[in-house]
Amino acid sequence: MAGIPHDHYEPKPGFQTWLHSRLPIVSLMYDVVMFPTPKNLNWMWIWGIVLTFCLALQIVTGIVLAMHYTPNVDLAFGSVEHIMRDVNGGVMLRYLHANGASLFFFSVYCHIFRGLYYGSYKAPREVTWVIGMIIYFLMIATAFMGYVLPWGQMSFWGATVITGLFGAIPGVGTALQEWLLGGFSIGNATLNRFFSLHYLLPFVIAALVAVHIWAFHTTGNNNPTGVEVRRGSKAEVEADTVPFWPYYVIKDLFALSVILMLFFAVVGFMPNYLGDPDNYIQANPLATPAHIVPEWYLLPFYAILRSFDNTVWAVQFVHFITFGIVDSKLFGVLAMGGAILCMALAPWLDTSSVRSGRYRPMFKAWFAVLVIDFVVLMWCGSQVPSTFTGWVGLIAATYWFAYFLVILPLLGVLEKPLLQPASIEEDFKSHYADPVAGPAE
Amino acid sequence: MFRKIAISAVSALTLMTGAASAAGEAETTDVAFSFEGPFGTFDEHQLQRGLQVYTEVCSTCHGLKFVRIGQLADAGGPNLPEDQVKAYAKAFPINDAASNPQFVDPDTGTARTLLPSDHFPANNAMKAPDLSVMAKARKGFEGPYGLGTNQLFKGMGGPEHIYSIITGFTGESKDIAGVSFYENKAFPGGWMAMPNTAIAADQVTYADGTPATLEQEAKDVSAFLMWAAEPKLMSRKESGFKAVLLLGLLSVLLYLTNKRLWSKVKGKKLAH
Repeated sequence: MAGIPHDHYEPKPGFQTWLHSRLPIVSLMYDVVMFPTPKNLNWMWIWGIVLTFCLALQIVTGIVLAMHYTPNVDLAFGSVEHIMRDVNGGVMLRYLHANGASLFFFSVYCHIFRGLYYGSYKAPREVTWVIGMIIYFLMIATAFMGYVLPWGQMSFWGATVITGLFGAIPGVGTALQEWLLGGFSIGNATLNRFFSLHYLLPFVIAALVAVHIWAFHTTGNNNPTGVEVRRGSKAEVEADTVPFWPYYVIKDLFALSVILMLFFAVVGFMPNYLGDPDNYIQANPLATPAHIVPEWYLLPFYAILRSFDNTVWAVQFVHFITFGIVDSKLFGVLAMGGAILCMALAPWLDTSSVRSGRYRPMFKAWFAVLVIDFVVLMWCGSQVPSTFTGWVGLIAATYWFAYFLVILPLLGVLEKPLLQPASIEEDFKSHYADPVAGPAE
Repeated sequence: MFRKIAISAVSALTLMTGAASAAGEAETTDVAFSFEGPFGTFDEHQLQRGLQVYTEVCSTCHGLKFVRIGQLADAGGPNLPEDQVKAYAKAFPINDAASNPQFVDPDTGTARTLLPSDHFPANNAMKAPDLSVMAKARKGFEGPYGLGTNQLFKGMGGPEHIYSIITGFTGESKDIAGVSFYENKAFPGGWMAMPNTAIAADQVTYADGTPATLEQEAKDVSAFLMWAAEPKLMSRKESGFKAVLLLGLLSVLLYLTNKRLWSKVKGKKLAH
């Protein structure tokens, strides 16, 4: 790991040297685990470990669930009930997996918003950020396909709505949609390929997570001050950082343990709270549910999709100037994709030279509105469409784009940032007294 | 600042996650069931009464195809003695020609030997929905404002919905194209195909002497159907408790470890 100077692994003569000269795997692990990490990281820096845990949890429970699940339109629903009734520990396996997706997304949203507040996306961490966004996008795809597998009503109709979006693409849309579905509508071919991809994508995510970690180990972690770790000498590095082991491993494990306590309370006591009861009705292509909604974690972007209907003047205008190619349906799809793309482009849209929101008084307020905006969008996505939710959704969706496309670029010019500390050490010393000598170890 | 935002976002999130829907103005009566909340358990006597109501009334039209008859003996469920479960299972005809005409061998005229299922029979003769997971497939009031807070404290409302349907008939009926529909306050849209004569007070006689009012029957069968939908409910809660307690203990230990570890790096927080 290039970048921050720190101690490296020194193999002892004998087996260690023998192995090191053939495969420096111990050295790699040493560098990862002993990585110098800013000593001022706050509790918003724990989500990485929670996310890693979630990925492992989903893969492990998923592999066992796949041993008992049958991807066939006539048998899938019954095989899930078989898991719930006849498989040893099947209840916990399935509820851990289903609620694990919720924990995964809850954590990833905390992780993303932490990055947005402290400017973790800014140079030199753009690649880490973009890889993270690709991981998030793959998480959406994986979760969506996983939700289809129990073959309930919401599985079937949610899949019908979302795959229908591909049909909005001009020219190739219908052909593309049929190619994806393996037929004219959602059927056995769709269920089988979704099962296959739902099993495959988590391993792609795992590989990208490794690249994500590699990238930020090259640049070093960001921290709440946004001030870089000084790299002039090893002494400077040691004044700004602590090794990841044991300081952050123990801190992160403590946080993980508290979060898992809450997670197991949900799984044990209210495992269906976050799900839709309609998914306990077997899929029926002849009966459309009264209200089709995705799971909570996709609601904000679903709200953006729905907000731009053909009563919005901007949609009508785009429809007119594109000679009808971009209709309201395609506009909605582009808006939904664009909302995520805007986030991915944040490193180039934010013009401020100051990294952390802590020293940006105007930014703080706009960011707070963005967080509220995200929650409002989530609420809008869950509601039966009405004139009121239509307006709220449209305003909230507009703010989402305005934040990334207008506010972030302008703030860098208009805002007068506060004075940043010269170093992490200086900031740390201004917040904490020197440690008192502890008991002899 | 960030902490405040995070806390408000988290609390807003937990408030609003009950995904909303509901067609028509269906009323769900809230019923206090013994199995609600983290400490709630099934009442095996109530489940046994509910089984009686299901068997003598509901099973005429509704199946229970995902539920294994053997699980009637489960502790944490109806907990029936094994001989009673066997006697119950024997009542279902398996290899007779009358109940399985499609399996009569056309050459010999005798019924083929079938592999008997250990589940309750499916029953869609009257196009009535299967009840195996019905108690999880329906929901109560999700409000206010679609925020889901009601369900957070009172449960998803599936058994309450079943109770409300059974007790919700107004007595009105109408015929549409030769099909009769019956008015029900709890049914979305207000009119359902299930007849209002399907279940009435004193339709069963409880062995334990409980008066068989309509409300009692409705409550018992709703509880039974909750068990049918989630037969491992009690062991699930038990696992939840063990996990929460162990993780709580682990959290305390890790908190202390973490505090001690960081005391070498970090002194007291300075007041500003």
